[in-house]
Amino acid sequence: MLADSKTFDLRELLRSGGGTAQTRGVWIALILLIAFGLFRYDNFGSQYNVLSFLNFNSMFVLISIGMCFVIMTGGIDLSVGSVAAFTSVVAALLSSHGLIVAVPGGVLAGMAIGALNAFVILRMRVPPFITTLATMLAAKGGSLVLSGAETIGVDWTTNFTRLGMGSAFGTIPWTILIALAVVIVAWIILERTSLGRIVLAIGGGDEASKLMGLRTERAIVFVYVFSGLCAGLAGVILASAFGAGQPLEGVGWELTAIASVVVGGTLLTGGVGSIPATVAGALLLGLIFNILNFENGRGTISLSAYWQSVIRGNFLLIVIVLQAGLLTQRKARSQDG
Amino acid sequence: MNAPLLQMSGIDKSFGGTAALRSAELTIGRGEVHAVIGQNGAGKSTLIKILTGVYTRDGGTITFDGKPVHFHYPREAQAAGISTIYQELNLIPLRTVTENICLGYEPRKWGMIDWRLANKHARELLARFDIDIDVTRPLGEYNTAIQQLVAIARAVSLDAKLVIMDEPTSSLDDREIAILFGVIRELNKSGVSVLYVSHFLDELFQICDQVTVMRDGQTVAQREISDTNKLNLIADMLGRDPEEIRAAGMTDFSAAQAKTGDVLLEAKNVATGTRLRDFTMRVHSGEIVGLGGLLGSGRTEAARALFGVDDVTAGAVKIDGKQGAPANPRAAIGQGLSYLSEDRKAEGIIPHMSVRENVTLALLPRITKHGQVETKKERELVERFVKSLGIKASSIDQPIRELSGGNQQKVLLARWLATEPRILILDEPTRGVDVGAKLEIQQIIRGYVEQGIGVVLISSEFEELVEGADRIVVLQDGHSVSELRNPGVTENALVKAIAHHYADRDAA
Repeated sequence: MLADSKTFDLRELLRSGGGTAQTRGVWIALILLIAFGLFRYDNFGSQYNVLSFLNFNSMFVLISIGMCFVIMTGGIDLSVGSVAAFTSVVAALLSSHGLIVAVPGGVLAGMAIGALNAFVILRMRVPPFITTLATMLAAKGGSLVLSGAETIGVDWTTNFTRLGMGSAFGTIPWTILIALAVVIVAWIILERTSLGRIVLAIGGGDEASKLMGLRTERAIVFVYVFSGLCAGLAGVILASAFGAGQPLEGVGWELTAIASVVVGGTLLTGGVGSIPATVAGALLLGLIFNILNFENGRGTISLSAYWQSVIRGNFLLIVIVLQAGLLTQRKARSQDG
Repeated sequence: MNAPLLQMSGIDKSFGGTAALRSAELTIGRGEVHAVIGQNGAGKSTLIKILTGVYTRDGGTITFDGKPVHFHYPREAQAAGISTIYQELNLIPLRTVTENICLGYEPRKWGMIDWRLANKHARELLARFDIDIDVTRPLGEYNTAIQQLVAIARAVSLDAKLVIMDEPTSSLDDREIAILFGVIRELNKSGVSVLYVSHFLDELFQICDQVTVMRDGQTVAQREISDTNKLNLIADMLGRDPEEIRAAGMTDFSAAQAKTGDVLLEAKNVATGTRLRDFTMRVHSGEIVGLGGLLGSGRTEAARALFGVDDVTAGAVKIDGKQGAPANPRAAIGQGLSYLSEDRKAEGIIPHMSVRENVTLALLPRITKHGQVETKKERELVERFVKSLGIKASSIDQPIRELSGGNQQKVLLARWLATEPRILILDEPTRGVDVGAKLEIQQIIRGYVEQGIGVVLISSEFEELVEGADRIVVLQDGHSVSELRNPGVTENALVKAIAHHYADRDAA
């Protein structure tokens, strides 16, 4: 297992994490943006800013990781935002029983929706896009029904809010550590296990995978349940961090997650993907907001949240175009040689 | 007017220095069904793609309906009256039959689509072909044959003068084929020409008027179908002398005697839902059994049946003494079978993965401990195969897509050899591979056979079968019809065996 140092080589894991032409773009953009922020704003590198930035974005990192696995098989999961809203309501309703009940409750609710997605896709042969669009609507409706269309305040007398508001050793928010743990597990699954190989093989060639006798159906079930798990966890964090189950949250989260995955160099057709680069993609998207907030704070500009979205969208486009450029350059070179 | 509808002459086309067409010709008269036949790589599809504007020709002229034409885009060809019915239909299954027929050309009333008229129009059009279906239902609810006919109806309603059908019967059953042929005859009556591409020679004699035969990018013959027979067509396709084939048609290919060594695989009168009807073969330990036959004769279908990809509907399969065909590829691999499939791109390589990952995919369960891939073991194993098979890659972590065709094929061979198969099925193992790599691959296979595995070798190259196989089972129209034994088999003998059955039938 993990402790077995002979089979666990961190260097190889790191090597597989970055370096390819697809993922290089996101790292360059992330580093440039961080350098820009550090140079321009005094408090950008402060512990407070860094931790609150990571804290807030841990939810997006989580759903992006789940989305990454789904997209690597050539599928898509549009239900993640609604699932997060749904599980935030579930967790809030269970919060009086404390973390021990509310966290598993929320996460299991997310996994159940993921299992439903996989079942419909595999057994009823409905395309992932339509399947998850349906469960997206269903989960949205479910959270509205469950909450009576109002935010559900959590029980502050139990330990439930410690998950989203508390910190380990009084400094690092638990949410960051949870997201980090999921990232590491996901990374290992993708790079080190046969399951990860099969996920990539399905996206690279469905027919070939079947002819090799790979257990493709099991892998499909895994990616959707895992995506549900990540979304469920994000929902629990949402409820815990903001003190309420929020049935109206999560709108557009699936698009943020897809954007993070794509910026991280994962092909929408599947077969290629990187967990670290996906994390970088999610952080990059969050960082743009963070920097615009600083800009607003300096008073040099005053942008509404709407304009911030416009700017973020355009920035995203630039990164993707640059990446496409890097790829075609490389292709041209390899054809010459 | 007796001027032909379509005249393509002197068509040249090359891709990156390789000539795909050399001064190819095609002349189609008005209201005729014209077949284009040839082996794989003969240039049929390139010629058609030039006609339909998918490719641009390097040289030559095309005259269509009396005017010189030069189509740059498929829609230009369509506008001029050339409609193509693709194997994979380019229709919209979720929309109704009427919409599929009228899309883009709907009848209008006060600026709105007049659905009543559109439905009536669609019904009348289909009635011409004796088809009576509910045109307001989604197209996807109907079977492939109906969908194909709707595609044809659309072409007709757009005033197509030439309808191109690419392997139209490959997914149809006999009854559906009869309906399709009825439609084609109806088209002819109204003066529409049909360009018909098919590997199934029987069909040509049922439906076609003229046939153009292509070989190596050239048009080698155009014949009136009533003036020729299958033997001649095969001779044209293969570039052999028909008299020579006919003379040898009487040669007796006696059934081979059982070979010493254990029987690893036995198939008796096997049929599947696809094109395999009656297939019998036996593979012993330490021998290579070739499967010979023309395209569409059932070679690949036989391999898929043995490997558990297609369900066996009749007959018996026995593997290593155990009755029953494997239920799926996974079970087949468990029983010691391996199948190197024909289509390297779609069914073989995983392009984004490294050489290492491509080799070990089918082997994952054996190099996984507690769910984790044992990297050290994996690397050793892959390095060993890279070395013994002479795979040229910068490292085992190089993406497979960057390798040459020959090296990709060796990687796939390594994938299957690594599973330590008892029976190895190779479907066109050396296609698209340069001569050097080809010899190496053949030597590798021979080496493994000497160690006692059994090999089923499928190849369109007669030379490869004649030189590589110990026995050759010849397939025709899904039937195994004869068996040749080495030593002593010549290429001519194989060609004769492939044509033998046809010679008999033509004589009868």
